[in-house]
Amino acid sequence: MFETEALIIGGGVTGTGVMRDLALRGIHCVLIDRRDLNAGASGGNHGLLHSGGRYAVGDPDTAAECRREGDILKAVAPECIDACGGLFVAVQGDDPEYAARFLEHCRSAGIECTAITPAEARELEPCLSEKLFAAYTVPDATIDPFRITLENVNHAQQLTQSIFLAHTELERFIVDGGTIRSAVCRDTRTGETTTIHARQVVNAAGAWAMRVARLAGCSGVNLLYSKGTLIISNARIGQRVINRLRRPGDGDILVPGGTVSLLGTTSQTVQNLDDIHPTVAEVDDLVAEGIAMVPQVAHTRFIRAFSGVRPLLMAAGADADGRKASRGFSLFDHESEGLANFATVAGGKLTTFRLMAEKTGDLVARRLGNSQPCRTETTPLPSGDAVRWTEPGFAPRYWVARRQPGDLILCECEMVPASAIDSIVENAPGAQLQVSLNAIAVRSRVGKGTCQGAFCSLRVTSHLYDRQVYDSPVGLRHTRDFVAQRFKGVAPVAWGEHLPQLELAEALHCGLLGLDRLADDGGQFPPTAVQDP
Amino acid sequence: MIKQPRRHQAELLVIGSGLAGMAASLFALERGVEVALVGNTGVIAFTTGYLDLLGYDGRGFVDEPWRALIRLREDEPRHPLANVAEDDIRAAFTSFTHTLTEMGLGYTAPGQHNVLALTPAGTLKPTLSLPFTMQPAIAAMARGLDTLVVDFIGLNGFSARELVANLAPRWPGLRARRIGFPDMDSGAEVYAEVLARALEVPATRQRLAERIGPLLGSAQALGLPAILGVHRPDQVHRELQSLLGVPVFEIPTMPPAVPGVRLRELFETQLPQRGVALEPQHRVKRLELLSQGVTAQLEDAYGEVTIEAAAAVLATGRFTSGGLSASPNGIRETLANLAVLQPEGRTAWYRSDYFDPRGHAINRSGVTVDEQWRPLDAAGKLAHPRLFAAGSLLAHQDWIRQRCGAGVAIATAYKAVECAARTVRDRRDRVPARRRFP
Repeated sequence: MFETEALIIGGGVTGTGVMRDLALRGIHCVLIDRRDLNAGASGGNHGLLHSGGRYAVGDPDTAAECRREGDILKAVAPECIDACGGLFVAVQGDDPEYAARFLEHCRSAGIECTAITPAEARELEPCLSEKLFAAYTVPDATIDPFRITLENVNHAQQLTQSIFLAHTELERFIVDGGTIRSAVCRDTRTGETTTIHARQVVNAAGAWAMRVARLAGCSGVNLLYSKGTLIISNARIGQRVINRLRRPGDGDILVPGGTVSLLGTTSQTVQNLDDIHPTVAEVDDLVAEGIAMVPQVAHTRFIRAFSGVRPLLMAAGADADGRKASRGFSLFDHESEGLANFATVAGGKLTTFRLMAEKTGDLVARRLGNSQPCRTETTPLPSGDAVRWTEPGFAPRYWVARRQPGDLILCECEMVPASAIDSIVENAPGAQLQVSLNAIAVRSRVGKGTCQGAFCSLRVTSHLYDRQVYDSPVGLRHTRDFVAQRFKGVAPVAWGEHLPQLELAEALHCGLLGLDRLADDGGQFPPTAVQDP
Repeated sequence: MIKQPRRHQAELLVIGSGLAGMAASLFALERGVEVALVGNTGVIAFTTGYLDLLGYDGRGFVDEPWRALIRLREDEPRHPLANVAEDDIRAAFTSFTHTLTEMGLGYTAPGQHNVLALTPAGTLKPTLSLPFTMQPAIAAMARGLDTLVVDFIGLNGFSARELVANLAPRWPGLRARRIGFPDMDSGAEVYAEVLARALEVPATRQRLAERIGPLLGSAQALGLPAILGVHRPDQVHRELQSLLGVPVFEIPTMPPAVPGVRLRELFETQLPQRGVALEPQHRVKRLELLSQGVTAQLEDAYGEVTIEAAAAVLATGRFTSGGLSASPNGIRETLANLAVLQPEGRTAWYRSDYFDPRGHAINRSGVTVDEQWRPLDAAGKLAHPRLFAAGSLLAHQDWIRQRCGAGVAIATAYKAVECAARTVRDRRDRVPARRRFP
């Protein structure tokens, strides 16, 4: 049982943003997620910190909001951000009038935008197509969405001893006289039930916000689910964010992410939130579109595809097209639905999460009688020791500088040493209570390199057994589930150099270790099958 | 260095130096055929050392593989193992394990039942024949002996605790200890192959036994990662057992691992002594199929090598060893551009569940052959009368999921060589004997 001032449902960037916002006002929070941090759209996106350019033509309010929020985040969370800059480029076949209007739309949204010649653009980014006819620079940047959520939680824990509970699913609310008194939750691993008493409840469940609102008897939250798929290259392709200068469509953004690049995004309306995974057709579509802007995409090795669901706000009577729906957000106070202590924050974007948290924090603080103002606009995010491991290239730098020969490298692709795993197991937010390979992967680069966890997962598992984090067959089942999950992202990009590796991995996982025959009760064979030769 | 082109002749050219290629060369020798073996041996180091015949079929776990093969002929009539007579599979498997033992790497003779062999994660793997150094584990587990498993500081990816935690429900008398290996206990990473070579020195064995002995306590058996020597594992194993006074068994480590290195080094030293002309580190660059024979070209440090032979057995394996390659548009065979039977389009290559026990369609893709083990073209016609194929390159089998890798390699190599030998002899009758390959 837990007692708290504010229960927040949803461990994405919004929910953790609200958690930190409230903690900075001195408010204690309990954050729950039925899976883990970044399990939804916060872990399934480009990591693009929009300058606003992408929305300048179609949605000027969102564009201006992105610009303001981007500037704030660059100032308060520089360690999570790569201010790499961005380009908008038009290639033969794109609408010249759309391209021509871009500069003026950016200016009216306050976005710093400069026209450059195609030759200058190709000098900045030699990967660009020769068929370029227009190019503009904008202050796009990238943000590590895993780092930012971890930092949010870490900071909130420090400020008010707030708590994050992973694998904790909301089952029902206990409502009394127009007030939610408590939330009954179930641990999805153990099946145990926990009750959380809270004075205020915030629904920040992203794509699942509609379900959570309905559990509270509220029907006013209506979302459109738009599935988006992206693919990750083996090496970084461009230095900057490269946007196609046309009406947003598939395969028109190439975003660097440390040592790799991400090409996206598709958009497809879906009804069901379960079993969202990328398909061969989506990958082929992204590659075909990406080639027009960056021809080398045709020969690039892609190591993984992944999908997220954009929870888009659906205005009454709006048509069901994910690309045309608003990227804005809404805060529902649910007072007209008879609840005095429930709020839902929905829609929005990664770039605007801080603002979403601020508006939500203002409402919750006022309801709690707390008069502290929002501080996230100016308070820098502290950098916690156990939350640094998501940054590409950090682990090898740390390992080399530390020079401890006994600190074995467990993940060879990303050079993650055993000490990094130890630090996560001991101190990373949400990892202490229930460690799993998946929890470690969310908090580090494990499984994100070319092997996609096929080999490092086994070494990390062995290390966790050595540390006695695991002492039963459960650890091996976690490994199996983790590898199976990574595979969903590998299969659609599996060709060329992937195949030898995939075949070898399967020989190891199934041929040798028998993970395809691992029974959930821990036994593989009837005892009678054991022969004494 | 002056590079000089060279030409060699052999009766049979075996391309590929995995298990299938190695087995094909041995079977050719047995039949008195002059044989040359070419191919890169990199991938053989990834074998576990266990020799499987058939561990799972469409009905699940296979206890008696010979009986399961009878069913396989009905259930999967196009499976390579369904197209080799039981007597031939027995003859091939027995001859292969016997020859390995004779060459100095002891293997158990295939029995009627599969045995459940240990894996580094503490799971069990059905297999038919295993190295002498691993065999005592089977009896120790069956009898539930108090057993100590020792692992080593710095040996990445092998955890005795993991093995014990996963086997404990079935084998309660198992416990784990971690120690430092003599002279390699600074904490820095150590490698199984280095430990194995160190244990070939008697003094190292003595010192290791001195470290382990006091830890045994009530233990009636000892398990170690597979590090008991590279060249004379049976001797290292025997001596360590007599030093410690309990049965000792090896557990495979994550590949590439010592059991695979043993096979590689055994073949590389023993095959030339037995008369196989070996070019183990080079891939064939070009293969020409002519009416009177085949010509393969490759390049080594001394220049270009051309090998002429009356027939060739293609045993180039699948994706990992480069026999097959895949582009987004399809799968191709890399050396002779043979037709590859494959699923219609990339969407059908993989199932959405990685661990679906039925396996993925892509793994049953491959080269199809006639009853003489000669590849067929897309129209079902013979690709070339002097070209034969063996091993995992063949379609209609899933060696990984069915645990039939060694079985397919050995049985099909046996048959392909039998058929190729006939072709070679036909020509031998017509063409005078040539100079033997140096």
